Amino acid sequence: MATAGRRSGTRRLRVGVVKFASCDGCQLTLLDLEDELLAIAERFDIVEFPEATSRRSAGPFDVLLVEGSVSTEEQLEELLRLRRETTTLVTIGACATAGGIQAIRNWSEPGPWAAAVYPRPELVSSLAMATPVADHVIVDAELRGCPIDPGQLLELLTALVVGRRPQLPDESVCAECKRRSATCVVVAAGVACLGPVTRTGCGALCPVFGRGCYGCFGPRGGANVTSLVANAPGFDDDLVSARFAGFTAWAEPFRSVIDGHGGPPGAAPAPTAGDAPARGGRP
Amino acid sequence: MTAGTRPRRPRTQRFEVEGLTRVEGEGSLKLVVRDGEVVEARLGIFEAPRYFERLVQGRTPDEVLDIVARICGICPVAYQMSAVHAFEDAAGVEVDPAVRALRRLLYCGEWIESHALHVYFLHAPDFMGYASAIELARDHRVLVERALALKKAGNHLVSLVGGRPIHPVSVRVGGFYHVPTRSAMTALRPDLTAALDIALETVTIVAGLDTPDFEREPRLVSLRHPTDYPMNEGRIVSTDGLDLAPTDWEAAFEEDQVGWSNALQARTHAGEVYLLGPSSRITLAAGQLHPRAAEALAATGLAEAIRRNPFRSIVARAVELVHATALAIDIIDDYRPPERPAAPWTAGPGIAAWATEAPRGLLFHRYELDERGRVATARIVPPTSQNQAAIEADLTDFAPSVLDLPHDAATHRFEQLIRSYDPCISCATHFLDLRVDRRP
Repeated sequence: MATAGRRSGTRRLRVGVVKFASCDGCQLTLLDLEDELLAIAERFDIVEFPEATSRRSAGPFDVLLVEGSVSTEEQLEELLRLRRETTTLVTIGACATAGGIQAIRNWSEPGPWAAAVYPRPELVSSLAMATPVADHVIVDAELRGCPIDPGQLLELLTALVVGRRPQLPDESVCAECKRRSATCVVVAAGVACLGPVTRTGCGALCPVFGRGCYGCFGPRGGANVTSLVANAPGFDDDLVSARFAGFTAWAEPFRSVIDGHGGPPGAAPAPTAGDAPARGGRP
Repeated sequence: MTAGTRPRRPRTQRFEVEGLTRVEGEGSLKLVVRDGEVVEARLGIFEAPRYFERLVQGRTPDEVLDIVARICGICPVAYQMSAVHAFEDAAGVEVDPAVRALRRLLYCGEWIESHALHVYFLHAPDFMGYASAIELARDHRVLVERALALKKAGNHLVSLVGGRPIHPVSVRVGGFYHVPTRSAMTALRPDLTAALDIALETVTIVAGLDTPDFEREPRLVSLRHPTDYPMNEGRIVSTDGLDLAPTDWEAAFEEDQVGWSNALQARTHAGEVYLLGPSSRITLAAGQLHPRAAEALAATGLAEAIRRNPFRSIVARAVELVHATALAIDIIDDYRPPERPAAPWTAGPGIAAWATEAPRGLLFHRYELDERGRVATARIVPPTSQNQAAIEADLTDFAPSVLDLPHDAATHRFEQLIRSYDPCISCATHFLDLRVDRRP
């Protein structure tokens, strides 16, 4: 991550928090830092955060936290404008970094989906796909997760204040699960678990609770999904796509696994990746 | 027009807010007044579509619980609760009494964090003349610190039962994947006792806020239960005598497109608007409030004002903060872990429907399950979709009283009124991009 780091004695960083298609949960994580919030508000000049303040700013921003996937034409235009206003753009959460749960629709023709929800689908406008922010603009840093981890958010903010890179782990959920001395749900109970291929950040929450990881922090670097599907319990052929078609389904290599197993549940029709509409490119 | 008089140009006033702030999600306000008469009142919703009803098709009930949580980062528990009750009702599952208590505790946590957020961060700044709680903290630091402590207690409860405050992971059909130990529960008691004091203080503070005079006779709807304040269970009742099973929302209400408009809104079958949320619950179920909350409400003397004046919803929310905190303490004190965290159940075809009380009001889910027990169709009716028509009706009624104010001040009053209903626009995704136009 580059460029917006604060030199000592300079002004406070101008921070914006904005959203596209999402549930608001990742920006809420900032307000959920109850012990630190007021100190954060002193260290940073929060100039745009519509959910929390009526004071607005169109930019410029030293740091912009972006939640949500790009799902409409208007959002794409706004994202391109915001990128021009921003020094350090940070995507927060699974929707912004991987497309989120709504990216499941990317496997289907858009028309019938709108018709399934809206009586007059012609009134609803959205892009053919819900895509991550990095498909459209350069992203300087990302916080994964559905939702993001408050500890990682604090690490990011601390790094911004002192002008260093945030230290965000890329190890698997398994590593954290072992450190917490949790019983392995795969070995002990034969439960399907995405822990080996998923990036840590949640504290191995699901395995600690006795259920399999469902991948909300997305694939870790070098994730060996082929081996997991071939060797771990709970990945019978007809179950594989459902396991991976969660909150980070559109991220590779999860996406290819889903492609290789007939698309996500409920996809209709189920085109292969090659038939899907072209992804947006960087401007 | 009488002969001899010059045609008078009608005086038109427009009040527009492109992006509403301090609400959850993306919405806009448009109000057009001609010669003192409101000709258009619109709460626009431009949150992008996410197609949740379609997303859950082909999924198992347990997968649905994780997916529907993502409709809303502020009230994920509400979505999990309406769905899990619906699936259990369809499968005929009886859950352990301790599971029932834990679900109420989880919901208490969500009510506390959501209401504390709304009262102090989204709504109070309107009454106190600040742009945000962060600016409020510059002059009233202790007040905001105490608000944060209250919100934190709610988040801790959700984390205790659900693993994390946003999108908790513990709920499954039949019960929970994991239940807390008794000692983990009692460890939260000191924070909750402190939170109860803050909640009680909140009632006093918000009851004393200077509130616009605006009264009307609303149709209010909520759940009602013989012994419990509306939350997970009860029948759907209204101020005009409705009494329905929680599975039967569709018997009284419908989502429809108004003839001259593009909006999908919920109304009664007779086309009447109605309002959900804390003011409705307090009006319809005051007798089931926790004694601490009932006392606090009585001390304000505002029970009738809560029913008639939407700006007083902030008091209703504060009273519910007391209720949820006091109830959480009781549940913790009585807690014994269930013998088994989840009851077994069998997936199969059927109709799964239920309504529970989200912080913002009644949330109805209905799923058709196919032969394998997977979702064939889904209908999710969030409280904000149901409140939208009532909000617009209230804007229309309220507008004449502020038309003489300077334009910015009047616009601010309209925003304050909209925030009174705690609209959750991310939740109300299924009428995004649709507009209400009341022009004849």
